[in-house]
Parts: sequence; C-alpha cells; structure tokens
Amino acid sequence: MATNSLVSIDDISKEEILRILSAAQYFEQNPDHKILDGRVVATLFFEPSTRTRLSFETAVNRLGGRVIGFSDPAVTSTSKGETLKDTIIMVSNYVDLIIMRHYLEGAARYATEVTDVPVINAGDGANQHPSQTLLDLYSIYKTQGTLDNLTITMVGDLKYGRTVHSLLMAMRYFNPTFRFVACNELQMPQEYIRFCDDNGIAYTVHSDFSEAVIDTSDIIYMTRVQRERFTDIMEYERVKDLYNLRNSMLANSRPNLRILHPLPRVNEIDRDVDDNPKAYYFQQAKNGLYARQALICRALGIEVPIVNK
Amino acid sequence: MSAESSKKELAVAALRNGTVIDHIPADVLFDVVRLLGIEDMATSVTIGNNLQSAILGRKGIIKVADVVFPEATLNRIALIAPSAKVNIIRDYEVVEKHHVTLPDELFGLVKCNNPKCISNNEPMRSHFTVVNRQPVTIRCHYCGHTQSH
Ligand SMILES: [Zn+2]
Repeated sequence: MATNSLVSIDDISKEEILRILSAAQYFEQNPDHKILDGRVVATLFFEPSTRTRLSFETAVNRLGGRVIGFSDPAVTSTSKGETLKDTIIMVSNYVDLIIMRHYLEGAARYATEVTDVPVINAGDGANQHPSQTLLDLYSIYKTQGTLDNLTITMVGDLKYGRTVHSLLMAMRYFNPTFRFVACNELQMPQEYIRFCDDNGIAYTVHSDFSEAVIDTSDIIYMTRVQRERFTDIMEYERVKDLYNLRNSMLANSRPNLRILHPLPRVNEIDRDVDDNPKAYYFQQAKNGLYARQALICRALGIEVPIVNK
Repeated sequence: MSAESSKKELAVAALRNGTVIDHIPADVLFDVVRLLGIEDMATSVTIGNNLQSAILGRKGIIKVADVVFPEATLNRIALIAPSAKVNIIRDYEVVEKHHVTLPDELFGLVKCNNPKCISNNEPMRSHFTVVNRQPVTIRCHYCGHTQSH
C-alpha cells in the first residue's frame, strides 16, 4: 500500500489536516500552478457522480496533470464480471495516482491493498468521502479564520449523513461544540455520541430548529431529509419541513455565521437564503477544487509552497 | 481425587495422541465442530454434549485422535467459545493445556454482515479487528461496520 493514499479522514493526523488546508489556501491563490508536470491520474468512477468527478478532474487539469478513466462502469470490463482487484492492477500499470468512487463500502481500502499506486477515495458507498470533509474543514477555516473553539450546528439527517459523521470526527482536534438538530428518527447515532463523550467534545441534542440554536452558532451545516430514510411515512410528512432554513430565521444570527450544505439541496434551504452573505454553500463547493488540488499533491508526494498570509 | 476430575481423566485417557477441546458451551458445540472442519476428517472423533459443568452448566467436549490443530485454527474457536480449553495429548499424557485466545485481527474467519461491503462482493478474504473482547465485538477493516458474537 502506498503511504500517501487517503481512504478515510481517520487516516490523517491533525498536523496533516492543517498542512492540507495550508496547501488548499496556496491553490486558491495560485489555482493554475502546473506542479504535476504531466503526471497521469486515473479517475475510476464505478458509480457515477458528475459533481465529484468534475471537481477532481478540474483539479488535475489545473495542476498540469493528465486524466484517464471512466465515469460510467457500464462501459468497462467490470460489467463483464472483472474483479475490482484486476481492474485496479491493470490501471496501476498506466498511472501515478488513482482517484476512485465505488458503490461498495470498503472498496477503496481494498484497492490500496492490491496496488502500490496511491489511491484517493472519492466515496465508497455510505462509508467515507474524505475530500468532502477536507473541503468542509477548509470552508470553516476560511470563513472563521480558525478551526478552534467553534459552535457547529448540524441539521437534518444526522443518522445517515456520512458528511456530518466525518466532519464530527475530523473536528475532534479543535475543541468544537456541536448542536445536533434532527427528528428522533434521524438523530445522531449512539456511536458518534459516544465518540463525543470519549473525546471530551461538548454537544447538545435538539428536536427543535430554534432561534436560540441558530443565534449561538458559528456554522450551520444543513443536510437533506430524504423520504426513503423513514420507515413511517406519516412521520416523514410530520417532520419534513421542520428542518428547513428560511432567511427570516437568520435575523439575529452571529455576524460570522456561515451556512454550509454538501449539495445538492432540495428545499431544506429556502431560495431566499441564497442572497444572504451568510449563505456559503456555493463557495463551499468551489473550495472543493482547492482542497482536492492539495490532496492530489499530498498523494503524489509533491511539496506545495507555503502561502504568504 | 473427586469423582468429577477422575471422570475427566478417564475421558482424556481414552485418547492416545491427539487434541481434546473441553469447556465448550453446549449451544455452540456443533459450530465449533464445523469451524474445525471435523466433519471431513477420517480420524476417530468423539463428541460429547450436555455434560455437567460447574462453570458452564452444560458443556460440550470434542476429542480428535492423531490431529494437532494449528494455533491459528484453535484461536478461531475463541470467537464463539471463549471459555474453551485445549489439551494436547501424547502417549496418553496431557503435554499441553491452554485457553483459546482471540487474536487482535481475524482474517478470513467471519463474514461481514453488511451486504454492501466489498468483502462480500469480491473473491477476497475478510478482515476484522477486535474492538472489544467481553462481549466480543469486531469491526470490519473494509466497511467499518461492527458486529457482535
Ligand atoms: Zn464489511
């Protein structure tokens, strides 16, 4: 296994997170630094995800690398029954880095075991999506000027939302206070509550998306409440609009508050929030480009210059 | 010598060379039999179940002639029968006696119960890390799901 692979956010230390954020900052200032010098990167999307693939491929292109790969597994030998192992070994003959997304959980971890080429996990089923977490961290860092001592409110689907789980775990180094706002059925799983207890992380649990919660937050991280997550459809109908954010709810919020969302959104953030300067979800997606440029350089062992602050 | 221990001595003495696995909870005895692959063995095998045990209530015992199982195989038993004791017999003598111990990592032993786990969809070996020993809880190295035994 190549040591620079990134499968899970748990694989990297606090120092590495900060180094990646610093590199992301460099690329925000110098997005077209051709630091990859023609290196070849594979983007293997066994599950289509246009958004993530475009972000990674743009990152490679802006760094001066070349991209090969597929975005639709139907056209590859996988659909003819080729194993993941064989596909990864075959592709490893051609490239310096593999960026992969797969519908099966643990696929990226397994890929690192069958190749010496570094692997970046661009999502493995419901399991991990570390580049999303790093762009979230970068967005928080950029808007707040720090990652330390922030109050982060997570809203919506906290049970199945892997982005909130990964963000929670990555924030453990930075003394956060969390507020978990969700209906009973979609509250933060016990496993993560225990994680907070074990790591001395402060948190409060709410079923009410109240002004008291909003007005004391530095970050509000919104997620989508999906109908198919509910065993009881009546319950879905009852709660579906309780966790929607409207502009009027932000009237007394902190000046530094920013609203994040992993996108795509449906109606959990009203369109009238978009023009509020506290809405940050579109810039957040753009930050994904810089965070991914930083991750690609880390995976390839390429030094990124230190930014001038 | 108590009646209980003399009975045990007798049972063990019947075996000249081989392995005796004792103190298996009665309800998992046949799981242990399967795990060791005893069904496919040609050597003489004695299986006793629902024997009285002060510790377990009812216990099972397996005696396999002329076979010494590899340590790794025996340690697999720890997952379903952590109380089991292994006796290695040579010339009617117990030459080795030890508990089974669950290793920190389990390779190819347990199936992940997450159907969307890569380990259930590729021709590959499962890999678990033991996160808790009492009760036994293991975490899949690939998908991260935990399961108890
Ligand atoms: Zn698994």
